[in-house]
Amino acid sequence: MTVFAGRIARVRELGIVVALVVLFGVTGAVNPAFLSPAGLRDILLNSAIIATLAVGQTLVVVTRNVDLSVSSVVGISAFGGALILADHPQVPIPVVIAGCVLLGAACGAVNGLLVGVAKVPALVATLGTLYAFRGVDHAWAGGRQVNAADMPPGFLRLGSADVLGVPLPALVALTVLLAVGWVLRNLPQGRELYAIGSSPEAAVLAGIPVKRRVVSAFVAGGALAGLAGVMWAARFGTVDATVATGKELDVIAAVVVGGVAIFGGSGTVYGAALGALLLSGITSALAVLRVDALAQTAVNGALILAAIMLDRLLALRVARSLRKRRRDAR
Amino acid sequence: MKRPIALLAGLALLATACGGTTRSDVAAQRSAAPAASTAPAAADPNAPIKPGLKIAFLPKQVNNPYFTIANRDGVAAAKEFGGEGKEVGPSEASASSQVSYINTLIQQKQDAIVISANDPNAVVPALKQAMAAGIKVVSYDSDTAQDGRNVFVNQASAEDLGRTQVQLLAGQLGHKGKIAVLSATPNATNQNTWIEFMKDELTKPEYKDMELVKVAYGNDDDQKSFTETQGLLRSYPDLAGIISPTTVGIAAAARYLSDSDFKGKVKLTGLGTPNQLRAFVKDGTIEGFELWNPGDLGYLAGWAAAALASGQITGAEGERFKAGRLGEYTVGAGGEVLLGKPTVFDAQNIDDFDF
Repeated sequence: MTVFAGRIARVRELGIVVALVVLFGVTGAVNPAFLSPAGLRDILLNSAIIATLAVGQTLVVVTRNVDLSVSSVVGISAFGGALILADHPQVPIPVVIAGCVLLGAACGAVNGLLVGVAKVPALVATLGTLYAFRGVDHAWAGGRQVNAADMPPGFLRLGSADVLGVPLPALVALTVLLAVGWVLRNLPQGRELYAIGSSPEAAVLAGIPVKRRVVSAFVAGGALAGLAGVMWAARFGTVDATVATGKELDVIAAVVVGGVAIFGGSGTVYGAALGALLLSGITSALAVLRVDALAQTAVNGALILAAIMLDRLLALRVARSLRKRRRDAR
Repeated sequence: MKRPIALLAGLALLATACGGTTRSDVAAQRSAAPAASTAPAAADPNAPIKPGLKIAFLPKQVNNPYFTIANRDGVAAAKEFGGEGKEVGPSEASASSQVSYINTLIQQKQDAIVISANDPNAVVPALKQAMAAGIKVVSYDSDTAQDGRNVFVNQASAEDLGRTQVQLLAGQLGHKGKIAVLSATPNATNQNTWIEFMKDELTKPEYKDMELVKVAYGNDDDQKSFTETQGLLRSYPDLAGIISPTTVGIAAAARYLSDSDFKGKVKLTGLGTPNQLRAFVKDGTIEGFELWNPGDLGYLAGWAAAALASGQITGAEGERFKAGRLGEYTVGAGGEVLLGKPTVFDAQNIDDFDF
């Protein structure tokens, strides 16, 4: 049974992989520069932040919840980190990064307590904190903007440095992806998140500490949003109170495109990360293919729909052939 | 028994007296306001600035670094002429949110409102009410419809901005090569007007070796501007220069170029703030860029408001007023006051500016 489920899961991601191959193949055929090492590096860098956020969001979504406040957490973490680096250059960079992750985790804890303990529906609770965190950010910033010249060059280099030919932010995203993927697959705590998402009532009856798991899913998601905030500051070098506004929808789109069920209980972080790669790949491809600027948004939406349909079609076909094989075996 | 009756009678008298004053007050204001607006010839250029003028600055959005600088200098201007300036405004740049702030300012009986409109028309009814209540209205940065204000303080003419950005880039490129524009959103009015003037400038014979190959839109979003910059460089391998007439776009493009192979090879210019781009001018990514000084804009708007509220000007063409350290200004056609030509920032002068 687990083998069977594992295969279906693998097949779900296969659809996205096919969509990615088609996208990269077609774009690369039209403009080979898209697939040059520098071009691929750009795409990896572009998707690293959204992929990290999509991994965190998956943790929350599999428990049948959603975190709309991620963009505000990225914003507050990016601004907080940049401000410390600009005003207190003596603070070591690792301490700043750890502080941003903790700040994100604290924001996540607020969401987790509201949803897990106070039983506020996640959509409402995190919509509230989406504005609340952004409001705190605005009040804190007071109109200030932290610029590249204010931050230590060593920190900005983190946003674009290469390790073994791979940009550092992409490596960070990959590490996060593998770690969270392993936890979700192999640890009881990870499996219990799926159980909660499949059937919250059954999860309670089975003795799963639902409250604690939901809170920790939000805390982990928040911590990853905090990390993404640091990546944002290092990558773009210009930080004010409006950082990442509106990005929550990109993240949720990546998660859903990646095959994570929005009603919880199924999907993997690998799918979500591939979804992030696909979405930023589409945006980059449209820019490279000289698509008319006014049509870009519409084409972008159409391509996302096409990717989802392709994915769905493949999934159905495979499910049918598996059913058939099972019948034949009987 | 007598006393309460007397008291009641007294109260009644007081009440009618109060009512009377209020009504006549309103009537006076009603008759005064149209009189002022129908007789613009009443300007007295030698009238002294009234002491204690209350001037409110209503930006598109508070917490926006650009407006923070503009309004800081605007408030400083108010202090110079013995008035009192303050900044109020919504935290989100939407048209409807400004209306309630205008209503509050009317109730507070400010002497002048200095506004940057999120929507040229949505704020007009509220501003008309303000003018009817004797409050002078100055628009700055982003104009309202003409009947919604007395004077518009224009940061720079669209024509100057469009043409000078092309001139700046052409100088860096030796008037040769393919260029692209990285704009804000496709429907951003300011940017689109500037781009029209850029195209017109490029038709002049001295630019015959330059070609505008693409206008890309970064939607004033870091990530999108980044991706669009990459797209321009990948799809036009022989691109020589980029003009980004938006602060978000130029910062994102500079950040991308600064750690790519194109650094220093592809020239970047446009509109940005010195603090934002200091690092990139110093590391050689950007040779020079331009902008008006937002502090001067707020400062001039503050003085224009004072000149209006003191009767020195009414908003008619040809009237002149003094604006502190900036010197004397003349009201142009349509009640416009032009701040001046944009300032070019480069490695030599960038450290003289802090905004």
